[in-house]
Amino acid sequence: MKHTLSVLVENKPGVLMRIASLFARRGFNIDSLAVGPTERHDVSRITIRVNCETSPLEQIEKQMHKLVNVLRVAELVPGESIERELVLMKVSAPPAKRAELMALGEVFGARVVDLGPDSIVFELTGPPEDVDSFEELVRPHGLQELVRTGRIGLGRAHRPNRNRPRQHVLA
Amino acid sequence: MNGADAILRSLEAEGVDVAFGLPGGAILPLYDALARGTTVRHVLARHEQGAGHMAEGYARASGRAGVAFATSGPGATNLVTPIADAWMDSTPLVCITGQVRSHLIGSDAFQECDITGITIPIVKHSWLVQDVEELPHVIKAAFHVARTGRCGPVLVDVPRDIQEAELDFSYPDAVSLPGWKPPRRGHERQILAAAQAIAAAERPILYVGGGVLNAEATAELRALAERGRLPVVTTLMAKGAFPETHELHAGWPGMHGPKWSNWALNKADLIVAVGSRFDDRVTGKVSAFAPGATVVHLDIDAAEISKIRRADIPVVGPLKSVLAEIGRFLEPVPARTEPWLRQIAEWRDQFPLRYRRDGEMLKPQLVLETLQELTSGRDDVVWTTGVGQHQMWAMQYLLCDRPRTFITSGGLGTMGYGVPAAIGAKAARPDATVVCVDGDGCFQMTQQELATSVLENLPIVVVIVNNGFLGMVRQWQDMFFEERFSQIRLTHSTPDYAALARAYGAEGFTVESEDDLEGALAEALACGRPAVVDARVDPREHCFPMIPAGAAALDVVEFEDTQTEVNV
Repeated sequence: MKHTLSVLVENKPGVLMRIASLFARRGFNIDSLAVGPTERHDVSRITIRVNCETSPLEQIEKQMHKLVNVLRVAELVPGESIERELVLMKVSAPPAKRAELMALGEVFGARVVDLGPDSIVFELTGPPEDVDSFEELVRPHGLQELVRTGRIGLGRAHRPNRNRPRQHVLA
Repeated sequence: MNGADAILRSLEAEGVDVAFGLPGGAILPLYDALARGTTVRHVLARHEQGAGHMAEGYARASGRAGVAFATSGPGATNLVTPIADAWMDSTPLVCITGQVRSHLIGSDAFQECDITGITIPIVKHSWLVQDVEELPHVIKAAFHVARTGRCGPVLVDVPRDIQEAELDFSYPDAVSLPGWKPPRRGHERQILAAAQAIAAAERPILYVGGGVLNAEATAELRALAERGRLPVVTTLMAKGAFPETHELHAGWPGMHGPKWSNWALNKADLIVAVGSRFDDRVTGKVSAFAPGATVVHLDIDAAEISKIRRADIPVVGPLKSVLAEIGRFLEPVPARTEPWLRQIAEWRDQFPLRYRRDGEMLKPQLVLETLQELTSGRDDVVWTTGVGQHQMWAMQYLLCDRPRTFITSGGLGTMGYGVPAAIGAKAARPDATVVCVDGDGCFQMTQQELATSVLENLPIVVVIVNNGFLGMVRQWQDMFFEERFSQIRLTHSTPDYAALARAYGAEGFTVESEDDLEGALAEALACGRPAVVDARVDPREHCFPMIPAGAAALDVVEFEDTQTEVNV
């Protein structure tokens, strides 16, 4: 089962390596990982998408919490959080195909950010499932290059405290 | 003052009285500062691995963090084994390594290596110091992290230019580690639930691990066991955490524990795990481990809860207060556990440790039995061991009544641990007679530290249970690889250990028969000098009982009076 973890860390050298090392040691594959600044200059947020069962997930959450630079670990629960991803994709677009592709992009709210003689670069920001769908629809047209940021997320505005750290339940 | 001075002033402020190490290029400024004067005693090891294990032995004997110094590159990588060992056994260890100058980092400079990177999976935390002003804060934080929560190793890597840079020194009173919040007390409702489970159990048992020693909670453990009339098994790491001559002590669980101890643990209806972690060497096949037991798990580390065996009632907190609070909820001395205690005593009488004395060759078990007899009742003996058959016999035959008197490499199983750990223990307990029970294979991995023992006036007694083989490997090849012995023959006599000891300036004894054993051991124990007793024992002896790897703990293989022949 897939889970999204949102990890607040001190903005110190080596933090990402310590966390990645924990996942590697337990044999977990990270589907996606996004690191960036937060509202505090000394704190970064790492959003990790991982595929594993609940009990190993709890184990890795607890192990992460033991890292000195980790401030908070929470799971982003589907329905109680907002998740987004950004994709850039370069698609083959000979002049005859352009209109069809641009119409497809419009359906998903994708922006055309560059246009060449034979290709288009789309940018789409949205729920990761929308990004998946758009990618699937575009693929038959000749997907030349693609980059995704990996998902990021926050708890919903009306339930700000739901994404609480779990391991303290035991304490 | 410069950064190197600041390191020493910081160590002094932490109350460090001894550090173990070996100098080299990138840590020269620190050694220069040592020469300019400090209250920290430096013990010069012959190999950084030795220094690291000495610091571990010091930590385990004293309860304080051990400190090891090494230079960059190979000096630092030689510390990796002790760091991994300390990680597995939760030993507080502060390693300070030199690093190449800041501007050279990343350039593959001479003796450069990324030691903070290499050690990430085996440290609680590490620091590469980038600004000399940070140094006092980093050292303060290093000791704090090593000793709080679940104890363990930390590493501080200090580039040479940082050691030489000037700063205005002041040692901080407090640490600022917003992400480091070890639990301060157990949850009251969980503590009550644990006490109720104990009060309701017919066949309860306390399964005690090394966490009790780190928590300095042995008095609270004893009080709880006596109040509830609860039998206690102690793991290898917990030897001495509960008096082993106490009527409630039910032996040692695990792969080479006595059958009665494993039965007691596996047939219990309530297991109270206290600072123990359901290691595979204790449980055997996990799915068959103590099938009927409810589990109460008391630990400072939340990550140990339900890691291997699901805990029905977890309590995360410092064991000292958790044990005391559970005790307060318990009725004193219930009669309910008496039939269970009688049952365990029956098993104990039914399944004693056995081996055969044939009068021909000296038996390894007799060496340990004799050591136990010679030291029985003494409160000033500290044991260390290597890893292998001798270690398991030491666990079975040496009875430890006091905490911090049995120092061994449990989790990592580090051969070569015994001699340097003994030297470190001696530095922590100069009053004690420190005895390393070693194997001939183990001894040869770190024997060079005999020079440290002799020259630093840290006399230890090494008793080599010398069977001329890598004995535990031999046992496995014999039992599980159809007697195909492969690369295990060391011989009894190369080297001549007594002569080697004398070459280092230590006393050397060679024992080849039962008649010579007691005299030589007694003389070595009494001589007050570094001494090596080479006890040449029967290589055919296997260590029994044994739970084969992956087997259920109840399926213990016991000693049978059949032995394979071997070309000695």
